[in-house]
Amino acid sequence: MLDMNKIKKDFPILRVKINGKRLVYLDNAATSQKPKQVIQKLVEYYECFNANIHRSIHTLGEMATEEFEKARKEVAKFINAKEEEIIFVKNCTEGLNLAAYTLAREIKSGNIVTSIMEHHSNFVPWQQLCIRKRMEFRVADINEDFTLNYEDLYSKINKRTRVIALTHVSNILGSINDIGKVAKEGGDAYFVVDAAQSAPHLKINVKKLDVDFLAFSAHKMFGPTGVGVLYVRKDVAERLNPFLYGGEMIKEVYITKTKWNKLPYKYEAGTPNIADVVAFGEAIRYLRRVGMNKVRAHDKKISKLALRELKNIRGLKLYGPTKVKDRIAIFSFNIKGIHSHDVAHILDSEGIAVRSGHGCAMPLMRRLGVNSVARASFYIYNDEKDLEALIKGIEKVKRVFKVD
Amino acid sequence: MIEEIYAERILDHYRNPRNYGKLKKYDVKARDVNIPCGDEIEIFVKMKGNKIGKIKFTGHGCAISQAAASILSEIAKDLPKKEIEKMSYEDFIKKHLKINITYRRFGCATLALRVLKNALKKL
Repeated sequence: MLDMNKIKKDFPILRVKINGKRLVYLDNAATSQKPKQVIQKLVEYYECFNANIHRSIHTLGEMATEEFEKARKEVAKFINAKEEEIIFVKNCTEGLNLAAYTLAREIKSGNIVTSIMEHHSNFVPWQQLCIRKRMEFRVADINEDFTLNYEDLYSKINKRTRVIALTHVSNILGSINDIGKVAKEGGDAYFVVDAAQSAPHLKINVKKLDVDFLAFSAHKMFGPTGVGVLYVRKDVAERLNPFLYGGEMIKEVYITKTKWNKLPYKYEAGTPNIADVVAFGEAIRYLRRVGMNKVRAHDKKISKLALRELKNIRGLKLYGPTKVKDRIAIFSFNIKGIHSHDVAHILDSEGIAVRSGHGCAMPLMRRLGVNSVARASFYIYNDEKDLEALIKGIEKVKRVFKVD
Repeated sequence: MIEEIYAERILDHYRNPRNYGKLKKYDVKARDVNIPCGDEIEIFVKMKGNKIGKIKFTGHGCAISQAAASILSEIAKDLPKKEIEKMSYEDFIKKHLKINITYRRFGCATLALRVLKNALKKL
């Protein structure tokens, strides 16, 4: 069990009043709030050891480099990777694009397989690559219960499949995909996983999952914005060519040729986002102290309660699995006759922050037959009271719109 | 108060939009979406001289965007083209929607007027 009082105290923003009400922050799938430890680390960096990294001989440079590389070590340990397999980018989207751009130089024909539940960031890069290369773009469907349709997925994978691009957890449905299983069935194709929604909630072991690329964002897991991670399996990272040129990714430059730096620097061009990477290291330490097992247990507890409560609301349609084991605590819904933006706006009048719109998943919206959804997503500082506030808030939405 | 935005009149226009549908015979049409929301409005205009003779719209989206389109279709009829061209978004909200709109809903409230202005540019 999580010590909720202690956790809530770690997040200064939870004291902020919204429209005179207690903040009920349920937009965690978009970005999480930051604990004071992470905020303090940012301040400490700028006040005590701000310098450019890697090539400084002076003391500050050494301190900054050490903290930067310490963060890489934390991230590597967090997902059971080697340090040289951890590439810092600016967000998950850039990580997925890096994978697409580097793979584009490797592959010439065949097909790429993805799913209808992808975020645009793990859909459009592959769709565009297929258009450029005149490759076939194959999109696996979902089941009636909003889980991935594995049969459909496997039927789309064949020996001409060059890349499988799949999300670990859907940012709309909350569905968890069995990445390890798909890796086994995937054959020789490169396997690229969008872990933006899973890394904050589930214990990830890249060696067990056996994937080639896995990307996530710091800001959804207590870290600052502007930092993402791309895990690239060592043999793949060694074989592929770099994405961007210049800065630390260089080893030697001649008039006619250039040699690349070793991993992971080969993929990190230019001065990185040092301060935010350092603070992200602190965020990972925070998550480790809490314990990913406890994070998941809390998520399951909230999911169970939320599924029970939301089911009882008349006119509410939930888009996501009804079994706790198949999902994380992301709840997308619509209320009959009321647009999601109106839902979000009225909830905000009660201090409740939820997302509304297409959630950067327009192909999925079309598949669900809707234009938009309202989405409430929970994290470790959300408790039963927040769920209660959401349920009451939804009642208010219906009152304002005068529907039962 | 949130109830003031979702006033009776707004909800009525949202649920019973006036001039909803397409014109078979029109002089111009235009369509646009609100990127953050996905609200969508398409407007058809048949002119009568320099004035708007017939106007119809279709679309989907939040109560504010759809009510605004319905209200706009009512006030635009018989208005000279020039009046629409010089109508400011702020004035439209204040004088015709008559609700308090903050920045976050500005795009919803003004989508229809933007589409109508764009349609008239094509004449």
